Amino acid sequence: MTIPTSHPSPGSSRAGSTGDAGSGRLRPDQRIISSLVPTGSRVLDLGCGDGLLLRHLMDERDCLGTGVDAATDELITAAAMGVPVVQLDLDADLGEFHDDSYDVVVLSRTLQAVPRPGEVLRQMARIGTTLIVSMPNFGYWRNRLRLISGHMPVSRDLPFQWHNTPNVRYSTVADLEAWFAAEGLDVLTRISLAEHGRPTRGARLAPNLLAGSTIHVLRSNWTPTPPASPVPETP
Amino acid sequence: MPRQPAPRTEPIGPGVGLVATQVATVATPDHPLDLVAGGRLDHVDVAYETYGTLSPQRDNAVYICHALTGDAHGAGRHEGDAKPGWWDNIIGPGRAIDTDRWFVVCSNLLGGCSGTTGPTSINPDTGREWGINFPQVDMHDFVEVHLRLAAHLGIERFHAVVGGSMGGMQALDWSLTHPDTLDNAVIIAASSRLTAQNIAFSAVGREAIIRDPDFEDGGYLHAEARPDTGLSIARMLAHITYLSEDAFAEKFGRSHQFGQSRRGFGVDFAVESYLDHQGEAFLTRFDPLSYIYLTRVMDYFDPFGHAGATNLVVQDPVNFLVVCFDTDWRFSPAHSRRIVRHLEGAGLPVTFATIASSWGHDSFLMKLDPYHELVRAFLEVPDRRRTSRAASRAPHFDGHICDREVSR
Repeated sequence: MTIPTSHPSPGSSRAGSTGDAGSGRLRPDQRIISSLVPTGSRVLDLGCGDGLLLRHLMDERDCLGTGVDAATDELITAAAMGVPVVQLDLDADLGEFHDDSYDVVVLSRTLQAVPRPGEVLRQMARIGTTLIVSMPNFGYWRNRLRLISGHMPVSRDLPFQWHNTPNVRYSTVADLEAWFAAEGLDVLTRISLAEHGRPTRGARLAPNLLAGSTIHVLRSNWTPTPPASPVPETP
Repeated sequence: MPRQPAPRTEPIGPGVGLVATQVATVATPDHPLDLVAGGRLDHVDVAYETYGTLSPQRDNAVYICHALTGDAHGAGRHEGDAKPGWWDNIIGPGRAIDTDRWFVVCSNLLGGCSGTTGPTSINPDTGREWGINFPQVDMHDFVEVHLRLAAHLGIERFHAVVGGSMGGMQALDWSLTHPDTLDNAVIIAASSRLTAQNIAFSAVGREAIIRDPDFEDGGYLHAEARPDTGLSIARMLAHITYLSEDAFAEKFGRSHQFGQSRRGFGVDFAVESYLDHQGEAFLTRFDPLSYIYLTRVMDYFDPFGHAGATNLVVQDPVNFLVVCFDTDWRFSPAHSRRIVRHLEGAGLPVTFATIASSWGHDSFLMKLDPYHELVRAFLEVPDRRRTSRAASRAPHFDGHICDREVSR
């Protein structure tokens, strides 16, 4: 499995092989994300699961990382690999992290499942310089056909029935990029993945129709605003 | 995700077996212990126990710091005792702090009353018990004594320092002030700064002791009676804060001690009998002066309260595991999150979990599988996977007082 080089990927010079048993188990989108993280970055991985992406980045790209996940069993797996994970609620607790304290903040296939994605995106922009966001594309042609045929889309990237899906926000690539712009984020790179999770020429040329999902690299543009008044501390 | 409290489970294997407490002298007139608050001790004995075997490289030592009323008897059994040490369920062959791997050291605190020098020890200058003239002690003093015991044992660097409640505070203080002497710190159900409510409970406990007529202004050691009433009330009060409301409800509900109600002012509800027993049992193993000295140490503990608090540990990074329990209201999860905020904010590698448990603060003493599995996983990370090699170039947000304090 190789990372395609036909797409711009800052800091990705993956000449050397991995040499790490763990990296072989990365999902295809995680392998692409790892290629987008500059060597030596400090990385915050939101919804990090078992911490494999961070472990890979620590071993292969000399990164420092912290993961955030809510599941205790995943956290124990990550801890056993020496990946620091803090158990917090993405929706409520990102305020715990300092301003501008990470080079890269990753949010992989999670934004569509949080109740307040705008708040999460703004916190990511506050915490990190570069944001990497992957999202399923509701506008993918197969999803459109499903809807025209009278059924909610079910696909490899949106694999749930309407009544048991964790996803609460649906967007197309076009909607997503308009929203990024409205939030003041610059899109540095877009990687369009076909339904099998790999970049294709078609998906790259017509992402809104042919991409099952996308990975966006964003520049935060966040600047600090002076606090109005000191906040009393608890405890 | 629905909350599923972790069930209590039985300890793994038979434990460490028979053990005995030993004593080491760590301060002498030639090498006295100068205390943070200004006093000096020319003679300090430390009671300690060890479990497992120190490796030839002396690199597998784990230090256990006990909580307010613990002692050096962390694991195994003393000859003739029915009950094992206070943290036996986590220390032993195959247990989360695995004595097949680790050489475990557990010692009694300075100011305590279970073998280490404290107010009930003899003041060499007078030949009588120190009593209330024992100098004020501090969390730093505890750590200094731990390090002197380490030197006595020939250990320069610990694989890990582990503690719950006030033990976690020692582990935190140790990692901030002497980061070159440990690789990993496990801080469980602890606090980096007591709230006004915490101090209030602490104050009432002390007042119960001090206002007991038998306290004799601290002179009871030379008198016939001891302020046992005060000490037992202090223990009963504190014990309420160690359990959650759910735990009390589950354990006792409103059931009556004697089958049917005996209306009056004596013990009637089962919970009253339980507290009464807790208070009484405590008298046989604890001293009133030690209690007021040690609780006071917690009140003043504020390791992040000055600029640059994390400077040393950032230069020599320690891996942190911070654990709390969702029903703990003595040191609620907010206390642990404050610790995480400061450490993570300083760019240090921190793992943090809130374990779902019904048992409140006392959860840290119980075998709850996710909790013990996490401690084991953290301690047993292969060396090549340790993150500290890179952490020293982390962005570093101390040098000022951490400003991300969230109000809620």
